[in-house]
Amino acid sequence: MKQIRAWLLRMFGVVPRQRQEQDFSDELASHLQMHIDDNLQAGMSPAEARHDALRKLGGLERTKQAHRERRTLPLLETVLQDIHYALRQLRRSPGFTITAILMLSLGIGASVAIFAFVDAALIKPLPYADPMRLVDVAEHGAAFPRSNLSYEDFRDWQRLNKVFTSIEAYNGTGYLLTTPSGVEPVAAARVTDGFFRTLGVHPILGRDFYSGEDQPNAPATTILPYSTWQHRFGGRKDILGQTVSLDGNPTTIVGVLPQDFQFAPRGNAEFWTTTRKLTNCEQRRSCHNLFAIGRLKDGVSLEKAQTEMAAIAKQLEIQYPGSNRDQGATLAMLSELIVGTIRPILLVLLAGAILLLVIACVNVASLLLVRSESRRREFAVRGALGASPSRLIRQFITEGLVLVSIGAIIGLAAGDGAMHILLGLVSKDMLSSMPYLSRLTFNSHVLLFAAIVSLVAAAIFSLTPALRLPLSSMRSALNDGDRGAAGTLWRRLGSNLVVLELSIAVVLLVGAGLLGKSLYRLLHVDLAFEPSHLSTLYVSIPRSSYPKDEEVVVVTRKILARVSTLPGVTSAAATSVLPTSGNGNTDWIRVVGHPFHGEHNEVNERDVSVDYFKTLKARLLRGRIFTEQEDRTRPRVAIINKAFADKYFPGEDPIGKKYGGGDLKPDSIKEVIGIVDNIRESSLDGDIWPAEYKPYNQDSDTFTAIVVRTSGDDKSLLPALASAVHQVDPGIGTLDPQTMQQRIDGSPAAYLHRSAAWLVGGFAVLALILGVVGLYSVIAYSVSQRTREIGVRMALGAARGSVYKLILKEAGLLTIVGIVAGILCSIASAALLGKLLFGTHSWDLQTLSGVALLLGAAALLASFIPAHRAATIDPVEALRAE
Amino acid sequence: MSDKTDVWQGTLALMVLKTLESMGPLHGYGIARRIEQTSGDLLSLNYGTLYPALLRLEQEGAIASEWGQSENNRRAKFYSLTRAGHRQLHKETQSWEQTTAILARFLAPSEES
Repeated sequence: MKQIRAWLLRMFGVVPRQRQEQDFSDELASHLQMHIDDNLQAGMSPAEARHDALRKLGGLERTKQAHRERRTLPLLETVLQDIHYALRQLRRSPGFTITAILMLSLGIGASVAIFAFVDAALIKPLPYADPMRLVDVAEHGAAFPRSNLSYEDFRDWQRLNKVFTSIEAYNGTGYLLTTPSGVEPVAAARVTDGFFRTLGVHPILGRDFYSGEDQPNAPATTILPYSTWQHRFGGRKDILGQTVSLDGNPTTIVGVLPQDFQFAPRGNAEFWTTTRKLTNCEQRRSCHNLFAIGRLKDGVSLEKAQTEMAAIAKQLEIQYPGSNRDQGATLAMLSELIVGTIRPILLVLLAGAILLLVIACVNVASLLLVRSESRRREFAVRGALGASPSRLIRQFITEGLVLVSIGAIIGLAAGDGAMHILLGLVSKDMLSSMPYLSRLTFNSHVLLFAAIVSLVAAAIFSLTPALRLPLSSMRSALNDGDRGAAGTLWRRLGSNLVVLELSIAVVLLVGAGLLGKSLYRLLHVDLAFEPSHLSTLYVSIPRSSYPKDEEVVVVTRKILARVSTLPGVTSAAATSVLPTSGNGNTDWIRVVGHPFHGEHNEVNERDVSVDYFKTLKARLLRGRIFTEQEDRTRPRVAIINKAFADKYFPGEDPIGKKYGGGDLKPDSIKEVIGIVDNIRESSLDGDIWPAEYKPYNQDSDTFTAIVVRTSGDDKSLLPALASAVHQVDPGIGTLDPQTMQQRIDGSPAAYLHRSAAWLVGGFAVLALILGVVGLYSVIAYSVSQRTREIGVRMALGAARGSVYKLILKEAGLLTIVGIVAGILCSIASAALLGKLLFGTHSWDLQTLSGVALLLGAAALLASFIPAHRAATIDPVEALRAE
Repeated sequence: MSDKTDVWQGTLALMVLKTLESMGPLHGYGIARRIEQTSGDLLSLNYGTLYPALLRLEQEGAIASEWGQSENNRRAKFYSLTRAGHRQLHKETQSWEQTTAILARFLAPSEES
């Protein structure tokens, strides 16, 4: 204990040195004075008295030194001296210091911020018990590699499988929540009873769904996510047992989920309910609307589970050939489902950030090399004055550490800021589908990453100049004229570093170029409709007020009529699914009179109102549009898209032809009356599928989208749109008002492409700047080293033009090698980008040549400045200076 | 000089503590003189070595220091025993006595035989 106390005091003793030194001097002076007094009294002469006192003391300076050493820790003190000296050195060349620290903090900040995202999404385990045993279970159909599961299939899978300890189903749904201020549509999720137990999540308040709570006779209950509990119920403890009205049904709140609970596939759910009330779809084996999660039994691998589930699916296929043909089982790790799409983007970004960091480090290392060159004499002098080689190397290491420490601290702060800015840029919708990003924090992983990065950087920085320390040739370094050999060595090393920098810059620029081009292609993909001036809104019509389909049609018609009267509105229409939302909501069709073997012919199914195509400005290629009179009492009709016509009516005229469901039930038979262009129903980067458009008069939906074309501003129309709907009936819920352009720009595909393009673009610009600065400093240094040589050449009659050529040739060679190496590297690393590119090849010639030109031009500019300086050297001055 | 014993580290601290206990607050020079006197001038004390020892005791919290006036009206730094110092003195006295007792027993038979 007392040793620790003493040690701490000695450590702190390092700091206020001056005062303690003075204090001890005073003490010794008083000691000597008292001794001399005594000696004088004993009869010595003054000189003798003083001499004796000093002798007895054992020397004044020796005593002071012994006291000083006891006062502080000698090693710590020299380290502090080194740091002090390093700081003084750094202060003395502020240009170098600021540049180095800026570059370092930039590199560290960028990589730390991106790493924090990687950590939140890919490294931290999902907040479930033993998440590596959780599996996403789905079906796969002919067109969908991962498609929804039918309820009856799910129950059979649950009963027959022996690989899962439990397997539970879920799907997303929406409710009309009755609130004091009216009804409000809310997103929700329905699950089978053991869903939370399978995840290993326990409510923090109340209870989990009990076994059998998903049966028809169970009471209606709901479990709230933490955020709903906080926002809608003020976090009150007494909400358990209270009821909420969901779609007009009183539902009892039985539990609250923990704050860190998240389930990305249903990230936006505000209420969790059970599947006790089966939907129409869930009562048919051929209707698919669920997904499932399973927990693997111990010792069961994913492959084994996949094999067994495929076998079960096969068995069901034989048992139910009508509904289950080609319906297989597909399993994947749940984590893969959740972070699978963002992984390639994050990895590309991390790679980009690390490349940027490498450039920054290389740049700082070459700056340090230049400095070590100009400090050769300083170190030689210190060596000659008796500094040991280890002390000199320690000086370099200290300088490296000081630089990196400052850079790391600023970098961490910048990284923290960047992290929050980036997170702030993520839209709310995107965030709810990526709830793991909410775990983005400055945690131990991030700090560890920063520490490793800093240590590597510090090692590089302390070793590069230390390697160049002229330990053996100390004396020759003192000789001023000596610099030829060292200059060449530095030039070779520095040149290699610059080539490395330039090629990294090329890789980043090519990446940014390709991503940018992909984004452009994505946003300019052929939509086959006019997306500007379109306002859209989802409406949810309560079944309780409109139980019959005919009533739903009537109220939808009323809404459209009301909306059409809004100022500026030129036409209004309804559709069951908005364009660009993605393929899905499909129908299985069979063309009357064509051979059929039970295959699943999936087509996108859309129920639209009469003015839909007019509102979208989509081209009708052939035939006619249906009329308002074509309702349930009339024969069923449909308009198909071009892809439908090409695929199912090759070489014939589809108009007038009939098709229906797989069993050709009379009420499923429709007559084709028109063909429209391939309106993009799929996501921007998805494929165009065959699609059918049916009159909403013949097949109505309670959840439908309103599309309005306006001659005015589509954005400012949105609030009026919602209030117009509420004027028809305040009990109708409205949801998610957005313009079509907003939907396209904010769609996940556009969003991910855009963020990747912008971030990599930012890295690339920084890399370009750093790379060019690196090139500049190498050439500038080379010129300064060759001043005498150039002077001699010019004195011997070399023209200025040849001096330009000399310098530019050197720079040009480095640039060309850098660009060629960079392009080779980017082609080699294109595999990493492959998944992120859209409509663009990884070897896109335009991008590659653009990058080469850009970098070439920038490099030329950077080397022109020193070349100009070289060419304007006055030979007389140059020769005299040496 | 040759018949005087050099002071080795551990014992010097004990001597300082004992001196301060019997004499009360005292300056460095006074402590040095007192140790020499008590030893009957058998010890050759290099006064300079006293100061690191004092510093160490102070860092360990056994003694405290304060500037004051000496008997000759000279400004001097006075050292005094702290409570922890009393405890330490007590403990080290015991351990020293034990050591000397063991050594005495160890050495005694050879004298007798």
